[in-house]
Amino acid sequence: MSAVTTSSPIARPAAPAMRRLAPLVILGLLALLPLATALGLPSHWLTLVTRAMIFAIAALSLDLILGVGGLVSFGHAAFIGIGAYGAGILITEGQTELLVALPAILIVCAVFAAVTGYVSLRTRGVAFIMITLAFGQMAFYFAQALSAYGGDDGLTLYEKSTFLGREIFANRTGFYYIALGTLAVCYWLARRLVASRFGRVLRAARENAVRVTVTGYDVDHVRLGAYVISGMMAGISGFLLANQTDFVSPAFMSWQRSGELIFMVVLGGVGSLYGAIVGAIALLAVEDVLSGLTQNWKAIFGPLIVLFVLFTRGGIAGLMAKLRGSRDG
Amino acid sequence: MTTSLLIVQLLNGLQFGILLFLVAAGLTLVFGVMDFINLAHGVQYMLGAYLAVTFVGLTGSFMLGLVLALAAALLLGLAFEFLVFRHLYERDHLDQVLATFGLILLLNQAVKMIWGAAPLSVPVPEFLSGNVQLLGGVLYPTYRFALIGAGLGVGALLWFVVEKTRTGMLLRAGASNAPMVSALGVDIRKLFMVVFAFGTMLAGFAGVMAAPILSVEPGMGDTVLILAFVVIVVGGIGSIRGAFVGALIVGLVDTLGRSFMNDLLRLFMAPASARATGAALSSMLIYLVMAAVLFVRPEGLLPAKGRS
Repeated sequence: MSAVTTSSPIARPAAPAMRRLAPLVILGLLALLPLATALGLPSHWLTLVTRAMIFAIAALSLDLILGVGGLVSFGHAAFIGIGAYGAGILITEGQTELLVALPAILIVCAVFAAVTGYVSLRTRGVAFIMITLAFGQMAFYFAQALSAYGGDDGLTLYEKSTFLGREIFANRTGFYYIALGTLAVCYWLARRLVASRFGRVLRAARENAVRVTVTGYDVDHVRLGAYVISGMMAGISGFLLANQTDFVSPAFMSWQRSGELIFMVVLGGVGSLYGAIVGAIALLAVEDVLSGLTQNWKAIFGPLIVLFVLFTRGGIAGLMAKLRGSRDG
Repeated sequence: MTTSLLIVQLLNGLQFGILLFLVAAGLTLVFGVMDFINLAHGVQYMLGAYLAVTFVGLTGSFMLGLVLALAAALLLGLAFEFLVFRHLYERDHLDQVLATFGLILLLNQAVKMIWGAAPLSVPVPEFLSGNVQLLGGVLYPTYRFALIGAGLGVGALLWFVVEKTRTGMLLRAGASNAPMVSALGVDIRKLFMVVFAFGTMLAGFAGVMAAPILSVEPGMGDTVLILAFVVIVVGGIGSIRGAFVGALIVGLVDTLGRSFMNDLLRLFMAPASARATGAALSSMLIYLVMAAVLFVRPEGLLPAKGRS
């Protein structure tokens, strides 16, 4: 697995100015988008970008373990699913309060992450990829078997979550800013985490786990901690997603969805955190355009992924760094 | 639960396990020798089944269709190797996972465009269409026995090739130290292509053999791929013997769990909740087995020798 990381852009000393500036620019542009729709940009964009920001939260959380920790998790969509089903099941049972749903979701995600992470982290590299994939499928099949909550067909929600009884998700622009605010907070938390001692140990373990162990840190504990935090963050994204689509289904946690999350991270640039945001938006925009062109859009999207992997390295963040590099040189 | 039902389900589990073995063997061989993680392996199984639909339909003969489908699956596999995979051998696993993931999206969609989204089927060949009478008057389809036999035959052949031939020796050497084998003057590229072609054939063969008893539909390869992953993880990555043992465990546990979990739970639960719990539990059972195996042996039951 060391191979994953030596080629990732974060292994090189990243330009600190860009790293501080890029996320601010991205979040700033996102904050201005509703103005553009007020001035005539199709309002369809508002829905699309809200969805993209929700997925960006999940992609960001995946980048914590994949990019920063060097662990390729292929079951991350399970946490989106837990968050979505948590909201969905509670709403179906008449409990719409966010202050009840969110803590419940965070706890379930943390427990699921702790148990599956404990088993998965006993292995490394390819075995880790396969095991997380298998656990993701386990959650998928569990949701399919939930016949009381729609089973294979999924669950339609007739209400949205409320905050202290108020319908905060009812207004589309309001929802947009809630998603943006959540994304900004998650980004800030992730950034703080990576900069902390915890984050440094996590990064160091990616480069040389043995050396970190010898220094006296328990690498497995740090990795498990990161896995749990990452799972909880993805759970929040699932909670928002259920409220946006008013629908929950096992497809939320299919392994293809996990694959898409990985692609978001790689597209934006592994380990850069803000790259995950760019990747999520870029991916959903491409999907939107392609699916508008043809019903068989996956026949175009698949080859695009292949070509992207074959011909670029380090994703969009890597390209930007390369451009900077050539300009500086 | 009667004895005859138990016998039938044991045979079903065995047959499912054999099918999984054919897919997992190719997957683990490619990974063991080339350190290449090929998610598109499941798609090659699906292509085998679809090619069987076409060629059996065209020729009217199962055996002829089988041979043609295998040849076509092999050619397609080699084309993918040439166009995509060979550029990824040197890359890290993340790149391999992503590129082969892209290939899956393309091929699943392509299959839908060519053959349609509705499930298709292949008739069971005439000479294998009957039933075999077992002890106690239990009837079991001949075709499923043929599948078990064919799978065991291929397994034996695989074992012979890997353990007893010169090519097999190079494969095992390549698996533990590819640069060294290359330095000894072996054309490692050619070796990789042979391994890859062989793995593709195995997956395609499994697909063709499954076509008469399972519905042939887009995405069928994805389910099998993930089960094959579980098999490999349980058995030990890169090990053919491990794949065999793992496949039998997964096949039997999954089949028996689905048929008897309800009855088992009903012993100490109300029928309705037993049915709901049983459905959820039986579809998760193999993953629980996998977790248990990993908990005790993180390397799998029979890990390949010489891998670090």
